[in-house]
Amino acid sequence: MNREISKKQRNILTASACLIVLLLVYLGNMLIPPTSGMSMMFTVLEKGAIYALVAVSMNLLNGFTGLFSLGQAGFMLIGAYTYAVLSIPAASRDSVYQYFDGGLIKFSIPEIFSNALGSMLGETGAVIGEYIGMLIPMILAGILAAIVAFLIGIPVLRLKSDYLAIATLGFAEILRAFFQWNALGSITNGSNILRSFSTYSTPLFPVIISGICIVFIILLINSSYGRAFKAIRDDEIAAEAMGVNLFRHKQWSFVISSFFAGIGGALLAMFQNSIASTPFTSNMTYELLLIVVIGGIGSVTGSIIGSFLFVACSEWWLRFLDAGSFLGMDFAFMRPGFRKVVFAVIIMLIVLFYRQGIMGTKEFSWNGFIVFFRNLPLKIKNLGKKHKKNTDIEKEAR
Amino acid sequence: MLEIKGLNVHYGGIHALRGIDMEIPDGQIVSLIGANGAGKSTTLKAIMGQVSKTSGEVIWNGNDITATVTKEIVKQGIALCPEGRKVFPDLTVEENLMIGAYLRKDKEEIRKDRDWVYELFPRMKEREWQLAGTLSGGEQQMLAVGRALMTKPKLLMLDEPSLGLAPLVIRDIFAIIKQIKEAGVNVLLIEQNAKAALEISDIAYVMETGFITMTGEGRQLLNDERVKKAYLGE
Repeated sequence: MNREISKKQRNILTASACLIVLLLVYLGNMLIPPTSGMSMMFTVLEKGAIYALVAVSMNLLNGFTGLFSLGQAGFMLIGAYTYAVLSIPAASRDSVYQYFDGGLIKFSIPEIFSNALGSMLGETGAVIGEYIGMLIPMILAGILAAIVAFLIGIPVLRLKSDYLAIATLGFAEILRAFFQWNALGSITNGSNILRSFSTYSTPLFPVIISGICIVFIILLINSSYGRAFKAIRDDEIAAEAMGVNLFRHKQWSFVISSFFAGIGGALLAMFQNSIASTPFTSNMTYELLLIVVIGGIGSVTGSIIGSFLFVACSEWWLRFLDAGSFLGMDFAFMRPGFRKVVFAVIIMLIVLFYRQGIMGTKEFSWNGFIVFFRNLPLKIKNLGKKHKKNTDIEKEAR
Repeated sequence: MLEIKGLNVHYGGIHALRGIDMEIPDGQIVSLIGANGAGKSTTLKAIMGQVSKTSGEVIWNGNDITATVTKEIVKQGIALCPEGRKVFPDLTVEENLMIGAYLRKDKEEIRKDRDWVYELFPRMKEREWQLAGTLSGGEQQMLAVGRALMTKPKLLMLDEPSLGLAPLVIRDIFAIIKQIKEAGVNVLLIEQNAKAALEISDIAYVMETGFITMTGEGRQLLNDERVKKAYLGE
């Protein structure tokens, strides 16, 4: 019996799974009213998709190239501000930049596209135009983050391991202070928030954008460039002896990772509807690092699973712990903030029992998926027999 | 042909290479023997451009490559198989070999060379999809040699290929080194296992504390009293 599935079958399976997920999201969004408890699911879906993108980009750097960088929040900050600054409608600028005479920039890219297509095609044209117009500042957000990464990478990437982590962490903190600087107020609005910029109205948008970006990263990892990244991670001296230009490749990895962090930042700005530089602290980087570690350093699918689990736990599933009562009984310790205690315990358990993270360095594969479910009944049957190893069980299954 | 003239290398305050001269003619196995810390590995790293040189010249087929970056040196046909194997443990055997061909674009030729490496090391073919970190020491050494061959070198430099391996495995590796030479690749071999190295080499250099102290044909040095005393334990 042929147990392996072919590449073609695999691609068909992946494509259909993606379509089904998108369809479910679309239908769910139409059918579930925003007031019901289930609507939290969409918040998780949107934020999870955004975090997944940034976590995968961080994994490209930390897991695949072996560069321990903690500057992700800084590059997200650049992305979020670039997007927001370029997308506030002209009419709202006076009220947003009220302390800075309406700011320096007087146009909004989504608005320009919306007006242009709107006058040609009417109402639907305006909507399509706005979405197209949103893509452009988003890509610019990524490009600006990439340029900053390129420049900062020149000195910083000569450092190794912990020193690189300290330098990038410091850089992100400086950046945060820089964006709050009053002298830049006519662009960044100083320490005041930026708001009323264009944003998406369907959860499909962040899911699709993140998906496309992650596919790009996966293609990169599987290319010969990705192989060189992994070689650098495993052994710098040997990689260099094989003709891999260490600095050039580290720089590429850093720039590409930052580009996608910038896009993630732009998506986060849309998700939150308003942004300020205060939340982009090292805390945000640590959350992402946690996702990468829980998912498995060196596994893209691990990072994706990790980010949805993380966001679902912190935003949704553990909410009841803050409510004060459980199953009709009141508990004194269940006051706001208690979920964070439980969350910390869960993380400790994961780190204790899954040292390599949920996925380790493995990736999701349809073969593994099918084999897992085919062997599940056998595994359950053999649960009592402790001495039997999984390999034996698999042999038996054959 | 590779020529080294008056090469000096400093590590901080340590004068590691003190003006060495060497010649590696085409079609021969040249070995460089000497005790720990004599500067053998430093010589190889200096040729590859992985350590900076204080003075001296490295000339490869008439081109001065003293100041050339490692990547270009690899492109010009010099490959280093580093000490301690240094395979990429989390990549498969196949991927390790493909990293060797990283700078090459000719897909057809790369496939031919990979088949040749698999022919030299049939064990590698069997373990194509295994992670390199799970191979035994001898297999990792074979993979490291194969990986270096994938750069399509005209000069292959091997740094201690027998390090930490069983005698039988060492014999296999030395037999393969001979085969590689017969395929038209020049070999520069660094060894602490002086006897095995001298037996297969056409020319040998003896190195001590940064100087080349002796040179001659391999067989001839094998019978030299001083070499016997210092390196062959007789």
